[in-house]
Amino acid sequence: MEFFTISLLNGLSYGLMLFMLSSGLTLIFSMMGVLNFAHASFYMLGAYFAFALSQSVGYWPALLIAPLAVGLVGAAFEQLCLRRVHKWGHVPELLITFGLSYLVLEVVQLIWGRNVVPYGLPDQLQGPLFTLYGTQFPKSRAFVMLVAVLMLGAIWLVLQRTRIGLVIQAALTHPDTVQALGHNVPRVFMLVFGGGAALAALAGVVAGNTYVTEPAMAYAVGSIIFVVVVVGGMGSLAGAFLASILIGVVQTFAVAIDVSLADLLGAAGLKVASGNPMEQALRLTVAQVAPMLPYLFMVLILIFRPRGLMGTRED
Amino acid sequence: MSASTMTTARGRWLAWGGLAAVLIAAPWIFRSSLALNMLSQMGYLIIICLSYNLLLGQGGMLSFGHAVFTGLGGYAAVAAIGYVDGHGVAFPLVLMPLVGGLMGALVSVPLGYVSTRKAGTTFAMISLGIGELVVAFAIMLPDLFGGDGGISINRTYGKPWGGITFGPQIQLYYLIAAYCFICTALMYAFTATPLGRMLNAVRDNPERAQFVGYNTQLVRWYSFIIAGFFAGVGGALGTINFEIFNAADSLSGMRSGAYLLFTFLGGVTFFFGPMIGAVLMVLCTVLLSEITAAWLLYLGLVFVLMIMYAPGGVASLIMMNVRMARAGKLGRFAGLYGALVLACALLMLGASALIEMIYHMQLNAAIGSEVKYLGMRLDAATVAPWLGAVAVALIGALAVHQVGRRFAHAWGKAQEEIEAGLQHGGQTA
Repeated sequence: MEFFTISLLNGLSYGLMLFMLSSGLTLIFSMMGVLNFAHASFYMLGAYFAFALSQSVGYWPALLIAPLAVGLVGAAFEQLCLRRVHKWGHVPELLITFGLSYLVLEVVQLIWGRNVVPYGLPDQLQGPLFTLYGTQFPKSRAFVMLVAVLMLGAIWLVLQRTRIGLVIQAALTHPDTVQALGHNVPRVFMLVFGGGAALAALAGVVAGNTYVTEPAMAYAVGSIIFVVVVVGGMGSLAGAFLASILIGVVQTFAVAIDVSLADLLGAAGLKVASGNPMEQALRLTVAQVAPMLPYLFMVLILIFRPRGLMGTRED
Repeated sequence: MSASTMTTARGRWLAWGGLAAVLIAAPWIFRSSLALNMLSQMGYLIIICLSYNLLLGQGGMLSFGHAVFTGLGGYAAVAAIGYVDGHGVAFPLVLMPLVGGLMGALVSVPLGYVSTRKAGTTFAMISLGIGELVVAFAIMLPDLFGGDGGISINRTYGKPWGGITFGPQIQLYYLIAAYCFICTALMYAFTATPLGRMLNAVRDNPERAQFVGYNTQLVRWYSFIIAGFFAGVGGALGTINFEIFNAADSLSGMRSGAYLLFTFLGGVTFFFGPMIGAVLMVLCTVLLSEITAAWLLYLGLVFVLMIMYAPGGVASLIMMNVRMARAGKLGRFAGLYGALVLACALLMLGASALIEMIYHMQLNAAIGSEVKYLGMRLDAATVAPWLGAVAVALIGALAVHQVGRRFAHAWGKAQEEIEAGLQHGGQTA
């Protein structure tokens, strides 16, 4: 019971963190058709900026400044590089964000080195929030959930209740018409790209000290958020939310389950002989298989429901 | 009419004869063992990059998982060699790359089926996910895939045939070169088959191809399997060359990314572009990485600039100049080219001095603050070299901007003249 509750909470916290990333990715994708390969790089930049800022101005100002700074970097990249290749179609756009991810990784390693940086939690977030049946749930994970939920609410408010939000929504489906009505669609694109980068950076700021801040963090999470977007349905925010939570929870549970197929067979009275060629595969525990699960899930979705959980279009 | 057919036929003989001559003569020109090793790597990377371009250039399928096919091809070759060596079966090394190719084609059948429904962005995402799936799977089963240590083989197994053991690198080089030539020819032939032509049509306009009655997924799928076969051949040659297979490296997303990066740098719009990319890949990973620790940064910068200013890669730059030379207008750019080269050199001099000093501060600060740079000794602890580098870089950037604008203007004008001439010629004929 305690295992279940704590794992569920950890899974929700991880899933919400994934959603902070995939929401920006989905918004950028559905609006501009650009699959932002460097999205996880902005996440990493957010963590490193916050690490640098928290040493000079403290964690709480960094929570605000780092996402804004990364948002500016994102907007500048859109303005200077992405817009230039827009006329050549989506593949060059994807390629240039791929190039950016290379550059960000190199620059981060250049400035902060190749090892884990000591990006610690502030005093207020250290320690457990509550103890359940003897297992602790850390404050920092609860804080990740809080930030994610607040952000979710903020996105919803901005998209539904503000003028710019309505323009963004209209430009999602009919950019040409919106342009014809006199709105500056390229500027909206820049705003969305910068905003998406800022959201990713916010995720980096809160996840960087909850988990670890290192140069490999972008690559580790990058491919997972692509899976989230495919599983949820390309361009669907609700789908991205569902898929994030699902993958977060499933992965957290899987990591904690130490049972293998051989154990199950043993419980059923069948013993796996040690010379069996399948022995190793049968002795793999669920925890060992965990890194593979999101990708397996994606392939299954692609076979049985190609448009994703909540997707409406197939392209 | 007949004259032009004659010239194209002669051009084809020249091109293929030239390729064969280069492949045969290269080890006699570059004689060191390092050069021979690099030539061997170029040989199989040419196959891999060309197979990658069957997807990207010919089919519009941007793959982030090509290392799956090269890696599994290499794995199949390693496993087969281990089996043949252990059981004393008479199966020559010469045919082992085909084992890798069959493996590549085999895994392409199911993986291609799930990923080829769409091209472009969707395909890219799926290929990335599948790549991660396969590498996670291989790392999970260390007994089968060798784990961290990898699987080592001995390529000199079996009885020598006519004195050829494939022990000396030169013998292996010629095996790789032979495969390189044959695979290149086969892939070129593929582009001329009806399937290859349809693949181009499906890339350019899938809806229209569907209206004409073709199943776009099938066209992509078949081509995907063919690309998988050649990737497997290339991957197998790679593991035979190094005599080791390591799942975490051979199948990794980094590897896939490198294939993508260099194929693109070489140029995806021309058939021979990826061959240039493969050569660049070896030069960068072997030579440039020796010269500077910042090589990945330079590579990333070049890649981004290339996408922005020359999306056709090196091959398209070459062909643009060839076209200009054919029209007899290249001569007028001599001065501008000189100025451009000078400006670029200035910019690179300043920028790379800065980058080298920053890298030195980060990595080797303990050794001292002195940086050796192009025979100069810069003391990174003093202000003067930093100021100097920034000044040189700024002047260079300004010059590139100015000269570049003039160059683009003159180039556009010459281009218009050529086009006007073509139209005029067409009308009179």
